[in-house]
Amino acid sequence: MKNISPRTIIILLVLFGSLLYVLPSIHIDVWPHKKINLGLDLQGGMHLVLEVEAEKAVESTIERMGHDLRREMKTNHIKFADLKRIAFQLHLKVLGNESIDKFNQVLDDEFQEFRIASRKQNGDQLSIILDLPDSDVAEIKKKAAEQALETIRNRIDEFGVSEPDIRRQGERRILVQLPGVKDPRRAKDLIGKTALLEFKLVDDQHSVEEALKGKAPLGTEILYQVVENRQTRRKSKTPYLVEKRTTLTGEYLTDARVNIDSQYNEPYVSIKFNKKGARLFERITESNVQRRLAIVLDNKIHSAPVIQERISGGEARITGSFTHEEAHDLAIVLRAGALPAPVHILEERTVGPSLGKDSIRKGLASMIIGGILVIFFMIIYYKVAGLIADIALALNILLIAAGLAGFQATLTLPGIAGIILTIGMAVDANVLIFERIREELRIGKSPLAAVDAGYNKATLTILDANVTTLIAAVVLFQFGTGPIKGFAVTLSLGVIASLFTALIVSRQIFDSLLINRQLRSLSI
Amino acid sequence: MQFIQPDINIDFIGKRHIGFYVSTALILISLLSLLLHGGPKYGIDFAGGTLIQIKFNVPTTVDTIKDSLKPIGITGASIQQYGDASNNEYLVRADIAYKKLEGLSDKVQQALVQAVSNISDIETPPASETLETSESATPTPTTQTVSQEIADEQPEQATLPAEVRRIEMVGPQVGKDLREKALLAMFFALLFITVYISGRFEFKWGISAIMASGLMGGVYLIKSMGISMPFLIVFALILAMVLFWCLRLQYAMGAITALIHDVTITVGIFSIFDKEFTLPIIAALLTIIGYSLNDTIIVFDRIRENSRKLTRDTFDIVINKSINETLSRTILTSLTTLIVVLTLFLFGGGIIHDFAFAMIIGVLIGTYSSIFVASPILLLWKLQK
Repeated sequence: MKNISPRTIIILLVLFGSLLYVLPSIHIDVWPHKKINLGLDLQGGMHLVLEVEAEKAVESTIERMGHDLRREMKTNHIKFADLKRIAFQLHLKVLGNESIDKFNQVLDDEFQEFRIASRKQNGDQLSIILDLPDSDVAEIKKKAAEQALETIRNRIDEFGVSEPDIRRQGERRILVQLPGVKDPRRAKDLIGKTALLEFKLVDDQHSVEEALKGKAPLGTEILYQVVENRQTRRKSKTPYLVEKRTTLTGEYLTDARVNIDSQYNEPYVSIKFNKKGARLFERITESNVQRRLAIVLDNKIHSAPVIQERISGGEARITGSFTHEEAHDLAIVLRAGALPAPVHILEERTVGPSLGKDSIRKGLASMIIGGILVIFFMIIYYKVAGLIADIALALNILLIAAGLAGFQATLTLPGIAGIILTIGMAVDANVLIFERIREELRIGKSPLAAVDAGYNKATLTILDANVTTLIAAVVLFQFGTGPIKGFAVTLSLGVIASLFTALIVSRQIFDSLLINRQLRSLSI
Repeated sequence: MQFIQPDINIDFIGKRHIGFYVSTALILISLLSLLLHGGPKYGIDFAGGTLIQIKFNVPTTVDTIKDSLKPIGITGASIQQYGDASNNEYLVRADIAYKKLEGLSDKVQQALVQAVSNISDIETPPASETLETSESATPTPTTQTVSQEIADEQPEQATLPAEVRRIEMVGPQVGKDLREKALLAMFFALLFITVYISGRFEFKWGISAIMASGLMGGVYLIKSMGISMPFLIVFALILAMVLFWCLRLQYAMGAITALIHDVTITVGIFSIFDKEFTLPIIAALLTIIGYSLNDTIIVFDRIRENSRKLTRDTFDIVINKSINETLSRTILTSLTTLIVVLTLFLFGGGIIHDFAFAMIIGVLIGTYSSIFVASPILLLWKLQK
């Protein structure tokens, strides 16, 4: 080659660039760039879509404000009745004119955030319904979703999954992708647990049996302790009658660690309160010696030890028949904090690592078989020109791989299918050109002129035909999730790569054969 | 080497009524099958539900699996052997009917693993007994956990007789969302493509763009009023075709008719074979749209070129000539594409199997439609004159 055209330079640059991107996938460590990402369906892993039950966060906010209101009214000696929360509203009755005046005062001074939904005065009795302005409700919901995302992220970080992907999806959905996670069920438990830790006093004055019959005393409720015997796999439920009032919650925690009980060789979780929590805990234990304090996690009792003495220092332990893993995970969720609202799983897709390996193997096998068949077909049908098309095809696959690595796109199983499809369709551009060249040769043009005319006439057709495929691929990318997106990516890359290889690379090869090597005839 | 001789001249246009009958018959059969099956058979992506692919290390039967699922209250699950019988691999699918989908996969998994561990170990009692949860209260809260248990836990986990290879759970709301998204995607793909064709072939970018955006806006507007999507899309497509007709966007009309034809027949054949629609199948349908259009455009392109060159010939002769000239290319490309989709179908493994099947149908129908459907439609206007 005496004179190097700009086209040759471009081709060489592209070739070099794509090698730079692809090689790391084959031989790691030495190369500067990252390798091709494999999708969850190929490397195994878990894909979850969670929905944050944001209404619950609103409800608990209103519930809490109701408690504050109750306390405030009591300290101001306001007579009231029937204070209860219904959905997002607080209903109550204030009795007596004097109380009504004081109530109005309290409402204006201390509870400005409430909106008065309805107010009916009947003699000296005031029925009032309070709620929150819509903007506040929306704000609480938004915060709940954000905070849930943050909490879940912290939990997963501590759990130790490499390269997790956690993001908001829409207003209240959270997408969690955990590649290569070994124990999906454990991960799900860890993510989905609300982890609301509460300490409640056990009511020993009344009998549990009576309460179970529906005669639970005012201000108490029944919670269960569920214990699974690991040998028989039987679960047993023990009812406890506890006070509804929560004395202390997990929001005062600063730390939670797994320790091993030296006596029983059994793991437990030791928790540490902050200063305020420590003071509260001290006060509770001080005034309730010899009573039982239930440690409640998500409305299930873990244990209900008897308070032996006043506990200062702000440390406590949560026991129960934990396995090491359970204790470890409990410590994580306690450290990361409770979810502001429960979440539930809307969508789950888990692929085991062995299935992923299978998919890669089968995908590659069909790619190689399909590729070889097409390559032979082209050589048989078009001879030397077919060989040129095959070179273009090989380059095409290299370019797709480079594109995947370069854009940090993810290769999925449908993505492999997309590459295989591209193998079949990429030769199309070459077929179009070759058929045109044959036509031109038939009307008696010289090989050089025929190649020139063939390319000129076919270029526009090829562009038109490929743009429409690209449109379909782009729409697919917009709509698709995970694996389907991967398909759209490889299909688009394939289309663009085949335009380059057919219109520029194979043209260059023809030109260099016909001009530089002075070939008289064309084997096509 | 040459399959198609250069001087070939098949009278495709003269025989277009044959194509018309064949296409009508195929579409009617497709619609009939869809009607008899009560619409397309949605996979769990669209219908919601739980799917578990599980591989056992010991031989087991569908009945054993069924029995082991009974104690946890799953009686209507469909259980299918997956792949070779020697693989001992099964697909368990539970419908949306089980209200509590969340956690269902875990329960099924536990029950199945339990069932086979009982087969491999005769000493332990049958599955149904061990799985029962006793609601009765045990008087004393357990505090006496034995230390050995913890040590025992690990090896037991490691040698499980079954491996869960895939779990897919899609809630009803997500299924509905995906269904709508899929329909919209198909619809938008069709619209964008017709805009491109009208623009490129008839230089009517403006008209077609306005029309498409009008249709799109309309669909979104009516959708917000809560009208069922499938009917909406069908209505919008019919409206689009009427508009193409009135606005004389003949190339767009030809292309979109061919595409709807292809998609309908592919969907119909899927319905006849009782195959499920999943997300990858939607991807396949969109690829078919792209592929079939590829074919159609190449023929159209030749028609456009030839109608400038052969001004003396009538339009039907021009079309016929164009089809014949591109025939060699059409057949060749279909052949190479078919080769790779077939290898994918045969060697690609179970997950990609149906995708490849859809592509095979699509490639065949797409090739046929660009010759027998898209091109003859161009004649509708000319014959009117």
